[in-house]
Amino acid sequence: MSARALSSPAHTRWMVTLILLTCLLALASVMIGVYSLNWHDIRTQSDEFDSWMVLVVSRVPRTMAIILIGASTSITGMIMQMLSRNKFVSPGTSGTVESASLGILIVTLLYPAAPIGLKILFATMAGMIGTAFFLFILRQIPMKSPLMVPLIGIMLGGVIGSITSFYAYRYELLQSLNAWTNGDFSRVLKGRYELLYLSGLLTAISWFAADRFTVAGLGESFTTNLGLNYGRVMAFGLAIVAAVTAVNVVTVGAIPFLGLVVPNVVSAVMGDNVRRTAPWVAIFGAMFLLACDIAGRTLRYPYEIPISVVVGVVGSVMFLVILLRRGERVA
Amino acid sequence: MIEIQDVTKRYGENAVVDNVSASIRKGGITSLIGPNGAGKSTLLGMMSRLLKMDEGVITVDGLDVNQTPGDQMARKLAILRQQNHFEARLTVEDLVTFGRFPYCKGRPTIEDKKFVDRAIEYMELGDLRYRFLHELSGGQQQRAFVSMVLAQDTEYLLLDEPLNNLDMRHSIAMMQQLRHIVNDFNKTVIIVLHDINFASWYSDDILAMRDGKVVYHAGPDVVITPQALLDLYDVEVTVETIQGKSVGVYYGAMTVATQRSTQPGND
Repeated sequence: MSARALSSPAHTRWMVTLILLTCLLALASVMIGVYSLNWHDIRTQSDEFDSWMVLVVSRVPRTMAIILIGASTSITGMIMQMLSRNKFVSPGTSGTVESASLGILIVTLLYPAAPIGLKILFATMAGMIGTAFFLFILRQIPMKSPLMVPLIGIMLGGVIGSITSFYAYRYELLQSLNAWTNGDFSRVLKGRYELLYLSGLLTAISWFAADRFTVAGLGESFTTNLGLNYGRVMAFGLAIVAAVTAVNVVTVGAIPFLGLVVPNVVSAVMGDNVRRTAPWVAIFGAMFLLACDIAGRTLRYPYEIPISVVVGVVGSVMFLVILLRRGERVA
Repeated sequence: MIEIQDVTKRYGENAVVDNVSASIRKGGITSLIGPNGAGKSTLLGMMSRLLKMDEGVITVDGLDVNQTPGDQMARKLAILRQQNHFEARLTVEDLVTFGRFPYCKGRPTIEDKKFVDRAIEYMELGDLRYRFLHELSGGQQQRAFVSMVLAQDTEYLLLDEPLNNLDMRHSIAMMQQLRHIVNDFNKTVIIVLHDINFASWYSDDILAMRDGKVVYHAGPDVVITPQALLDLYDVEVTVETIQGKSVGVYYGAMTVATQRSTQPGND
């Protein structure tokens, strides 16, 4: 498909459609739940145990959390893919999530009463170190196939993850660990998700550096030729990715495949000019996660399928399709 | 002017560029030629600050390439290396627009767009403008990359084997365009070439290297001679004068010494 086909008026129309669709999904997400909302109670804002409270304390926070996680995880996936110059990399397949979890575990062990800000700081630093180590390995090993890259990331994640599990097991923190690595929105309540706005903010900041990420995606020589400091762009990107991942892991838990699938779908249609694609990646990520969440809550109503399972199933199928199609082209 | 002073680059024990000093004049096309492994690309890489030298200094119009701020250098000198494969899916227009990055930092003005249009036109890429790079042939991609560094509009343009992947027609077009921008806009082009005859036909100066050292730095009439080419390549080249230019004919030539001794029994 030519990129021109999606520019100017058609571009805007699609964007508006997607935003409307996301709003509809958000509305549906707010409406769905075990407690059925009563519109009359909401209008009068009466506060017996009732619709208004459910809406404000549980439903809206949950939907906002989904939107923020969906958008920010997808954007970090896209940044990782540009920085590593590989389409199969995301915070979930480069050791970032596992490193961030290890960071939280360490701070929890050393200082059990740590305030959440400290936990996030530790998780961010650990995530940065882990991801930088991953990128360092990539530079040392000559890559025969682009598929090697995510395999190495998954292996690294596995090693870090097993260290984390070992200590979590010894200190009886396996349950907390599970909560960090498997995202779950059912625990989201007013007062326990607001940090996610920080993710949203960081994601917005990264948009200002969009062109830098595209240039970095063209390689070190290109970046230097265009007058940018490659190392600095990498460090900035890594910091954003690690910080967003840390916040997400601490508040809701990581969502697998999201950062991998969403940017790849957008890239296949629109290419990789980050300034152009970033808003699409964000909105499509939010939409995709909202849809998965609604599916997870309605398929076995009134029970709930964990969102990471739904995203895992849908995402892995989509990922396989991308892999197979890419494989054809590479060969 | 590019001043190269006592520059050495080592990989392990082996000096790929060995204590080279040269000054490349402003304006005109200077070609770097020499056998494989002579150090041409390495020297070009150091001139463009993509490679750091182990010893020595290189200055461009008095600016030390490794001390001057990156974006200032990027408005002075553009470099295109070989092997520009990347995974990113960009259109030709996107890529060429990035050539303006040192000026507009990602927010191209109308002025920047003019440079982009002109660079695309120059490389005859108008029809391919909105196509993704990965859909193009190697030669078309190569033209797109050259178009990007043209859009960068620097006084110095450094190209590492830009004729790679190009067919006869596009090779000629490329060299003529370079000649044209040198003549009309007083640019300086430094170019690594494998084809001695393209070097002879289009260069003002030839910088010939062998074993990490500059062996000749003179006009084509001096470097494209049987003796000089024998020194450089160990090949007995017949040189004819055609349309006033020195042209080497080597397709059936004798190779001497080094090649013969390393490959016994080939006769």
